[in-house]
This record gives sequence, structure tokens and C-alpha cells, in this order.
Amino acid sequence: MPFALLKYGLRRRYRPVPDLPPEPDLKKRYDVVIIGGGGHGLATAYYLATVHGIRDVAVLEKGYLAGGNTARNTAIIRSNYLTPEGVAFYDESVRLFQGLSEEFDFNILYSERGHLTLAHTDAAIRTARWRAEVNKHLGVASEVIYPDEIARLAPNLNLSRDVRHPVLGALYHEPGAIARHDAVAWGYATGAARRGVSILQKTEVTGIVKDGDRAIGVETNRGRIEAGQIVQQVAGASTLLADMAGFRLPIRTVPLQACVSLPVKPFLDPIIVSGSLHVYISQTPRGELVMGGASDPYPLYGTRSTLDFKEGLMANMLELFPFLAEMKILRQWAGMTDMSPDFSPIMGETPIRNYWLDSGWGTWGFKATPVVGKRMAETVATGTVPELIRPFRLARFDDIELLGDKGAASVGH
Amino acid sequence: MKLMHCPLNGPRNISEFQYGGVVKTMPDPVAGSDDAWRDYIVYEPNVAGPVLEWWCHLPTSYWFIAERDTVSDRIIRTMPAAEMFGATPAAGDET
Repeated sequence: MPFALLKYGLRRRYRPVPDLPPEPDLKKRYDVVIIGGGGHGLATAYYLATVHGIRDVAVLEKGYLAGGNTARNTAIIRSNYLTPEGVAFYDESVRLFQGLSEEFDFNILYSERGHLTLAHTDAAIRTARWRAEVNKHLGVASEVIYPDEIARLAPNLNLSRDVRHPVLGALYHEPGAIARHDAVAWGYATGAARRGVSILQKTEVTGIVKDGDRAIGVETNRGRIEAGQIVQQVAGASTLLADMAGFRLPIRTVPLQACVSLPVKPFLDPIIVSGSLHVYISQTPRGELVMGGASDPYPLYGTRSTLDFKEGLMANMLELFPFLAEMKILRQWAGMTDMSPDFSPIMGETPIRNYWLDSGWGTWGFKATPVVGKRMAETVATGTVPELIRPFRLARFDDIELLGDKGAASVGH
Repeated sequence: MKLMHCPLNGPRNISEFQYGGVVKTMPDPVAGSDDAWRDYIVYEPNVAGPVLEWWCHLPTSYWFIAERDTVSDRIIRTMPAAEMFGATPAAGDET
């Protein structure tokens, strides 16, 4: 086998097979134009092509493929949310994720670890019980467990009572998983491109062309493109695009920072999250510890990292894993998140006809990649918003029918 | 650590301050319609560029206004709220 591989590598006529076909020429018109070449946009293009047979699709990306928040998240997948609408929605996403490697014939390194949301206060235990009951009612595996059981799942975790915030219990979500985020985007991109979708990088949308209240195309740095329908899937830049299209959003753009350590031997199986300590940590199959915390304390259209963030994160994390004090940080980064007021996404219709919205993904967007793709594709193909994502409509802010998922969406807001 | 110039206390670490949202005109508490209040509470200008914001220096509970560039994170200037809204009427000054 090694000799065969060597021979293959040294062969003169060796021709690597590119993952993506060469970028096609820009056309004057597409049936569907997707703004944003991240996970969500690529997944939408993929399901438009595979499920609905709509292949005259362009995905416009101002930078490079999946270089925004798809590359800047912490790759956690779970469905233990608080609102019934949220649980049902994310549950479909988890089930789609479980079959992705097989569907793509490409390993996304989906790794089911179990997800522990630690509770350090009576209030946190109460929220954990609430979430567990909502989850169980909707058929999602969640239960409240106590330190003896936590110690069995995460033997390295510091469960001493002699700390500032002792662990009282945890919400345990067995299907909680991690995956390789880049592979998810590549899988969708490759699948879409092979079926005729045009993925156009370094193509920045600079304006939306309208005819009355109807969107008919986009202006780009490469000229005007006509479009039958347009889907906006741009995370932190959501407000900028909505301004171009001419409608308002209740979104604030706030950076979320994260970092990874040097790779070490596997010691941490479950994903550990603490809302009170503003920490989440998991170990990748490569052995790196992926760590994140609270969002930045004020809005910013930027992806800089700060020392304050890491000091705050590490101070708390060392209470959970004191033996990591000598660990070195390998990489740090930040993503621009589109935070909605109720910590739920905003999807579906906009005041502009033929212009669909997928935003408000804040700090919880990666885990929804497959379900967003599937359901936004269905929305575009049929012209009606599916029941599963209708509660997440933009108009809910006008009717004040909010979907408060703050207690489950992320930590430390 | 990033510094912010508090109009009352001088330059201080940014961690001593609390962000309080962009400066928006509040609807009239009596005459303001439900729609005006909803717009005020829910919708965000979310401007990319220079913007006027409320900030509070927490140790002294001092609220003031800062002009900050939300792309470069540069604090352009800070000023007492009175500079924008005029002096607060002293107690017993109400008419």
C-alpha cells in the first residue's frame, strides 16, 4: 500500500481531482441568486439543486468560500433549546447532520459526544429542568443530571465544592455533537457545483435592483445580474444588505471570539458548557481544545481578537479544568454575529417581493446549516414559507410574538 | 487594555464601561404611538461607521455620550450628555 501510494504520487500524469469545478463565467441572469457563500447559502443552493431541481442558481460571495462565520464558529451541534419552535427546528437539523457524511460521500467528522450545560445556581437548575421537559415532550433526549453522573461522563472536570461556583447539576443532551465545519461547507459546495450551481467568489453585492416593491436583480462589483428570486444569507452584514434592499432589521452586529489550544491526547469526551461561567469547551478529533465564551460587550463590524476576552475566558475555564493552566493557545479569531433581540433567527419573507431573508443567526448559526438550507430552498422553490420556520418570520417583531431563546441559545449575554 | 476617555474621570480601561445603545430619539411617553415605541425598542440602525452611543462609567454611574467608529473600533470623542441635550434642570427647577 505505501509503495502504491508513492508510485501514484510520483507519476508524471498524476492529475488531482479538484473538489470544486472551475468557476463558471458570470451570466446576465439566474433563476435564483443567493447572496453569501457561507454554509447557509451553499446548503440552500445544494437543496435547491438536489431536492427541487432548480439548478440555474448563483451563489455570490464577496470574499472566499465559507470564510466568514462558517469558518469562525465552534462547531457545536445540538437541539436542546427552550422554545418548542426552536427545539423542533434544531432537531431536524441534528437529524440531517447525522446523515451528511453519507449523503456527501465525504467525511464531515461528525462526532457525537454528549453535551453538558453545567448549572451552578438554583436558577440555572430550574432553567435546565424547564429545557429538559420541553425537549422530552418533543422527543429530544435531554435530562437533568447531578455531580455523580457528571463525574462519570467527564472524569476530569473539577466538581469540588470548594470553588467559587460549584457545579450543582447539568442539563445532559446525549445527541450533542461536533463536526468539521469546513467540511460541511465543502460538502454542500461540491454537491451544488456538480449539479450546475455557479459559485462565484470575490463577487460583492453593492446594490439591490428593484422594480417597485419587487427585487429583480443585484448590482455587483462585476456588473448587474438579473434574478428571478434573491436570498440574503450574510450573517454579520445582514443590516447592510437589508439597507440596500430597503427594509429594516432588528439586528445588532456583535463580534464573538473563540480560540483553540495546542493539540493534546484525547481526555475530554463531552462538550462542556457553563452559562454562569461564560465558557464552552470541546476537544476536536485532532486533540485541540476549542474554547469560546460570551459575545463582545459592544457592537462592532470587525473580527479583531482581544486579550480581555481571553483573560476572562481562561479565568473561568481554569475553575472547571485547573490542570489546563500550562496549556498554550494556538489560534484565536472572531466572527461578526447578527444578534436578534429574542435570540432566535429571522427567516422567510421580507417587505420586498422575491427577496427572501435568512439572518439573525447570532451565535447559533452553524448548527442550523442543513435545516436552513433545506427549508430556505423549499421556501424559494414553492414560494411559501414552511410551517417549521414560519414562527421565525421578520414580522414577529411587529406583532410582538417573540421567541425568547436567550436561556438556551448561548452563554453570557 | 483599550482605553476610553470618560468626560468625568478621564482615561479608564474599557472594562469599566457599560455600552448603553445608540442615541435614538425616544417617543413621547404620553403621545407616542405603539408603533413608535416598537420601532424605538426593537429596530436597530446597526450602522457601520461613526455612530453616537450612550456609555456608562460603572464605578461612578456616570452616563455620557461617545462617538465611536463601529468598523475600526476607534473612539472618536466622548462628551457629557449635557453637550447634546442641554443642562439637566436642577431639582425644583421644573415649570
